[in-house]
Amino acid sequence: MNTTATTINSATHQGTLIVAQAEAPLKTGPRVIDYNDRRTVGDITVPDPKMVCRDVNVYYGENHAIKTVSIDIGNRQVTSLIGPSGCGKSTFLRCLNRMNDTIPGCRVTGEITIDKENIYDKNLDVVQLRARVGMVFQKPNPFPKSIFENIAYGPHIHGLAANKRELGELVETCLIKAGLWEEVKDRLEEAGTGLSGGQQQRLCIARAISVNPEVILMDEPCSALDPIATARIEELMDELRENYAIVIVTHSMQQAARVSQRTAYFHLGDLIEVGDTEQIFTNPQHRLTEDYITGRFG
Amino acid sequence: MLPYLVLTLLLLSTIGYYLGRRRSLAMADGHIRNLHSLPSYYGFYTALWCGLPALLLFILWMALGSILITYLVVADLPPEMRSLPPERIDLLVSNIKNLVQGNIVSDTADPVMRAAADQYRRLQAIGNGALWLLVLALAIGGGAYAYRTIAPRLRARNLVERVIMVFLMVSSTIAILTTIGIVLSVLFESIRFFHAIPITHFLFGLQWSPQTAMRVDQVGASGAFGAVPLFTGTLLISFIAMVVAVPIGLLSALYLSEYAHHSFRSVAKPILEVLAGIPTVVYGFFAVLTVAPLIRDTGQWLGLDVASESALAAGLVMGIMIIPFVSSLSDDVINAVPQAMRDGSYALGATRSETIKLVILPAALPGIVGGILLAFSRAIGETMIVVMAAGLSANLTANPLKAVTTITVQIVTLLTGDQEFDSPKTLAAFALGLVLFVVTLTLNIIALHVVRKYREQYE
Repeated sequence: MNTTATTINSATHQGTLIVAQAEAPLKTGPRVIDYNDRRTVGDITVPDPKMVCRDVNVYYGENHAIKTVSIDIGNRQVTSLIGPSGCGKSTFLRCLNRMNDTIPGCRVTGEITIDKENIYDKNLDVVQLRARVGMVFQKPNPFPKSIFENIAYGPHIHGLAANKRELGELVETCLIKAGLWEEVKDRLEEAGTGLSGGQQQRLCIARAISVNPEVILMDEPCSALDPIATARIEELMDELRENYAIVIVTHSMQQAARVSQRTAYFHLGDLIEVGDTEQIFTNPQHRLTEDYITGRFG
Repeated sequence: MLPYLVLTLLLLSTIGYYLGRRRSLAMADGHIRNLHSLPSYYGFYTALWCGLPALLLFILWMALGSILITYLVVADLPPEMRSLPPERIDLLVSNIKNLVQGNIVSDTADPVMRAAADQYRRLQAIGNGALWLLVLALAIGGGAYAYRTIAPRLRARNLVERVIMVFLMVSSTIAILTTIGIVLSVLFESIRFFHAIPITHFLFGLQWSPQTAMRVDQVGASGAFGAVPLFTGTLLISFIAMVVAVPIGLLSALYLSEYAHHSFRSVAKPILEVLAGIPTVVYGFFAVLTVAPLIRDTGQWLGLDVASESALAAGLVMGIMIIPFVSSLSDDVINAVPQAMRDGSYALGATRSETIKLVILPAALPGIVGGILLAFSRAIGETMIVVMAAGLSANLTANPLKAVTTITVQIVTLLTGDQEFDSPKTLAAFALGLVLFVVTLTLNIIALHVVRKYREQYE
C-alpha cells in the first residue's frame, strides 16, 4: 500500500542522496500513505544544501526523542518544521547548532554536516559552529544590558570589530537589518529588557545576525508575540532569507505557509513528510500530515 | 493547682467541640449541604467560645493578679511602713513574698511582716478560688451560648477562620514586639551609659580600658571608653575573614553551578553546607590550637613578630566559617539567572567562561553583593571564634599579626564575672551592643534591598 514511488525510507539508504522522484506529478491525485507507515515521504534533498542531516537520532536518557531523521537544509530559503507538541521539532532544531550539548543526558547519533563538515566531529569547535549557526529562541531573551551591548556582545567575543567606530557601525547595520534601528536609535544605552516583546525579539534577531552567521535557527520565534509583532518578524524573515538559510519551528501552520518555502512535518520523533510548502499544505501525501494540516489532529 | 485549671479548660473545650458538632449534625437532617459550614467548624466554634474567653481571663489574672494582691497587702501595712520611700517598700514586698514562699525561717521575721505574709497568702487563696469559679463559669457559659446559637445559617467557618487569623497575627506580633523590646532595653541602658561617658568620647576616643575603680584609691582604674580600637579590631578581623571567604566562596559557587558535573555537585554542595553547621566554638578551638600556633611559628621562621593571639588567626578561621554562607547565597543567585540567558550567549558562540564573565556575573552581581554584605554583617557579629582566638588587648593597629580585640569580645568580658550592674563598665556593653546592632541592621537592610532589587529584574 505504501510502496508508491514517492516514498523514501531514508534509513534504508544510509544517508546516500537517493531520490525516488515520482514519474507522475504529486498534484495529480491523493496518494495518501497510511498511519502506520513512519517512513519519510517526499524529497528530503535540495540542490546545493547548506546543511545535510542523515540518520539523526536523539536520546534523552532512555527516551528516543528523534528517530532516524534525514533532511537537507536549503540555502537562501526558509525551512519550517511543524508538528504537534512533543514531536521533537525543537529538539531537532537544537541539534543543528549543538545546543543539545548543554542538556545533561542528551545523546545525538547520525551525521549532520554544514558545508560538508560534520558538526559532531571531535575536531570541530562547537563555539565556532554556533557562530555560524545562530539561534533565536521562543521567548525573547535579551541580556540584562543596554541595547547596544546586547548587539555588541557577539562581535566582542569573536573579535569582529577592530575599534569602537567599527563596532558602532556593525551594531547599526544589525539593527537596520532587523528593522529595529528607527525605533531604538536614540536610546541605544537603555536596557534591552525594557523594550516591548516584539522589539525584544527583533533585538534577539539582530543579536543573532551580529556574528554574521550562515544559518539562523528560530524556535517558535513568534509564539510569545501579538499578531502585529508577529507580522513584523515574518516580514523580517522574508528579507533575511536572501542572505541566510533559515530554519523555523512553528506551531502556526499559517505562519509556516506564509514564510517558508519548504516544510517538514514531524510526528512523535519521526520525520513524516518533507516537501515544498505549497505541496505540503495543498496536497499532503501522508495521512498524518493531512490530519494535522486539516486540523483533525494536533 | 493552676495547671489543672488549664487542663480542665482543654477538657471542656474538647467536650464543647463534640457537642457542637453533634448538634449541627442533628440540625442538618442528614444532609450536610443544609449547613452553612462543615460540622467540624461548628465544633470548633463551640470549642472556641468555651475555651477562649476563659483562657483570656486566666492570662489576665496571671499577669495582674500578683500586682493586685501586692497592692492590697501594701495598703494594709501600718502607716509608718507605707510612708517609706518606694525602693524600701519594694524590699518589704519581696521580703513578704519570700515569707510566703517559705524561703525565710519565719521565727526571725517580725510580727507585722508575718501578718502581712499571712494576709498575702489569704488573698492569694481567695484569688485562686475566685479564678477557678470564674474561669469555669465563663467556659461553661460561653460553650452554652455557642451551643444555643448553632443554626444551619450560622457562618461558623467564617467565624472560626477569623479567630485563627487573629491568632496568627498575634503570633507574628509577638516576634516583632520581642525584638523591639530587646532593642529598647539596649537603647535605654546605652543612654544611661552616655550620661556617664559622653557619646563623642565613646565613638571617637582612641583609648579603651574599661576598668573603673570600685574604691577611690584603686590603682590603674582610669576607665577609658574610647571604642575606636574595638571598631578597627572588628573591621580588621572581618576584613581578613571576607578576604578569605569571598573569593573561595564565590569561585566554588561558580564551579558548582556552572562547571561541576551533576553527580559531583550533589555531593559537594551538601558537604560545603555542613561547614555551616559546625558550632562556632569548634572553629574557635581550631583557631586557638591549630591555626594560631601555625601562624606564629611560620612568622618566627620568617623572622616576623607574631602575637600568639593574632587577628590573622581569628580572621582566617572566621573566613572559613563564612565560606558556605557566601557560596550558598552566590549559588542561589547564579542559579536564579535564567537558563535563557546562558542559551542566548552559547547560541552566539560564547564559551562557558565568556558566558560567566560577561552575562552571568553581571546579571548576578547585585545578588552576590547582597550575599557578601549579609556575610559581612555575620562576620562583625560573630563572637565565639574571636573570644577564643583574638585576644583582649585593645590595640589600635592595622597589623594583622598583632593581637586585637573586637566589639563582641569586649561585650562578653564586660558582662561576665562579678560586676556592678550600674557602673559605666557594664553599661558600656550595652552601648557596644547598640553600635553592633545599628551596623549589622544597616548592612542587612542594604543587602536585602539589593537582593530584592535584583529579583525584580527577572520578574
